[in-house]
Amino acid sequence: MPHASLISVHSQDDRLTVAGRGAWTSEYADELEQAVNDTAHSYAKPKDVEIDLASVERMDTFGALLLERLRRSWVGAGIEPKVVGLAPRYRVLLDELARMGHEPVPPKRRHEGILERFGHEVVNAAKDALSLLNFVGATVAALLRVVARPRSFRFTSMVNQVDRVGFRAVPIILLITFLIGCILAQQGIFNFRRFGADIYVVDMVGVLVLRELGVLIVSIMIAGRSGSAYTAELGSMRMREEIDALRVMGFDPIEVLVVPRILALVIALPLLTFIGSMSAIFGAGLVSWGYGGITPDVFLDRLKLAIDLDQFKVGMYKAPFMAATIGLVACMEGLRVGGSAESLGEHTTASVVKAIFLVIVMDGVFAMFFAAIDM
Amino acid sequence: MDAQTSPSTLQTSGREAIIRVHDIVVGFGDRVVLNHLNLDVYRGEILGFVGTSGGGKSVLTRTILGLVPKTSGTVEVFGQNLDDLSERERSALERRWGVLFQQGALFSSLTVKQNIQFPLRENLKLSQRLLDEIAFTKIEMVGLKCDVAEKLPSELSGGMIKRAALARSLALDPEILFLDEPTSGLDPIGAGDFDELIRTLQQTLGLTVFMVTHDLDSLHTVCDRIAALADGKVIAAGTIEDMMAEQHPWLRAYFHGTRARAVQSARR
Repeated sequence: MPHASLISVHSQDDRLTVAGRGAWTSEYADELEQAVNDTAHSYAKPKDVEIDLASVERMDTFGALLLERLRRSWVGAGIEPKVVGLAPRYRVLLDELARMGHEPVPPKRRHEGILERFGHEVVNAAKDALSLLNFVGATVAALLRVVARPRSFRFTSMVNQVDRVGFRAVPIILLITFLIGCILAQQGIFNFRRFGADIYVVDMVGVLVLRELGVLIVSIMIAGRSGSAYTAELGSMRMREEIDALRVMGFDPIEVLVVPRILALVIALPLLTFIGSMSAIFGAGLVSWGYGGITPDVFLDRLKLAIDLDQFKVGMYKAPFMAATIGLVACMEGLRVGGSAESLGEHTTASVVKAIFLVIVMDGVFAMFFAAIDM
Repeated sequence: MDAQTSPSTLQTSGREAIIRVHDIVVGFGDRVVLNHLNLDVYRGEILGFVGTSGGGKSVLTRTILGLVPKTSGTVEVFGQNLDDLSERERSALERRWGVLFQQGALFSSLTVKQNIQFPLRENLKLSQRLLDEIAFTKIEMVGLKCDVAEKLPSELSGGMIKRAALARSLALDPEILFLDEPTSGLDPIGAGDFDELIRTLQQTLGLTVFMVTHDLDSLHTVCDRIAALADGKVIAAGTIEDMMAEQHPWLRAYFHGTRARAVQSARR
């Protein structure tokens, strides 16, 4: 007989005696379950059953539950087992369990097929676009209200945000753009040298950084650094009902929380773009000097020839639009966080991914636009 | 259970102290919250722990649970000094207590059933059928309907969250149950039911309950003994009658204040 350490069965003339032994507790629940199942299975139709628990030293809910399972397996077959020898302190527990009904196990959550999921995703993407539009509208409306009543503008909050997303981002932006400038110059010199065109590296770096890369790199950095922070902040405020608290006090959360944050980004991002572009050009200049032998005066002279103010303006014009996009997406995702920690994570991820995606799409649209107006 | 208790457990006036807090000092920065505090909790009792808001009740609970570091003193649970335990012994010991946090602390991304099964899955090797049976038993034990099993914590009301969290803390059949303000935020009927539930569970499962509470009704109805914390020390411990007879000004204000009088007259 297996599991003899917990249950031993003695059968005589259709009379079955099941004797329990040892500790019927959670630690042995696995073995006990097997023993119980085996016993119920091997002796499905006895005439008379006695369950003797005198040698059971300890019992907890696990043991009691399995005892109840054993009892019910025979009750289901029309036999009423006698339970004897149970220590009085476990009586309450058993009575409690016996009182409980057989729970109907609720149906499992349905698994959706791949086609169904694809459909859901498409619908969700459309809804997303719509709610972003809705959010843009709500923000613009709040902005107009602020313009109409300038005293309701939360200036302190905005300054605080500019400090957080702008000023404190300066070191990392400087470092990253500097490195990108260095790499650009190194690659440019390395490849152009074969054609004897080293000096054109200055043109390439100048145009690329001022027009495209400066603003793109900074926007992507800020979407990851500050956009995610916005989403997490607003999301946890929503989880803890702080947003609802604002609303019932008669404040518009968009006016109080979103407008200062987005304006802060619109101010900070162009400044960071400028700093970043300068840092990248500085890096490129250093590498050109050390690696390509282009002295700083030559580099600067060439730079003056290669770029005009338009290149610089194109980059700077784009920055506030990128900032507004990042801010809007981040705040919208934050306000859509549900009740769980998982949802907060989901929306923070979505915020960063969508912001970066939109920044790159917009950059493409801008490229076509500026090409069309010859800038 | 009895076999696991080491012989070093001290017997105090014939009763076995399951938790012994000895000479404990806890502070944050310059502020001393618990100042050479002593407290015994006996096996099988429900101890109500009262004190001013911000007076260190939760700090003591968290110190016993090892969530807050202590400056000096010892905590013995089941006769074992918590500082002397190896990591293995400690996690074995932690399986023998259950904690109900004030806000429930259910894992928000798991359903109620998964929440209850989480400690079971981590600690024991059980079949899915038994896991489900245990989860549903616990859910029924705490007075919830089975259909909450598949719900997420964010879909539950405050009272249901407390009950679900209680079910999770009972998952491993602990011997000690720590409750941090279990009835706060419940309506009086809900709070009364909850008190009764704790009493029933305590009798059914043979629990020792350490309950931080402000609820005078709970103190009257379910607590076998009450300990009062003031100035970082336990200033009194005893039955509700002992507490009523105490002369300490804070205790007099607590047990003879307007709300206390209202509770008493209602009980007469």
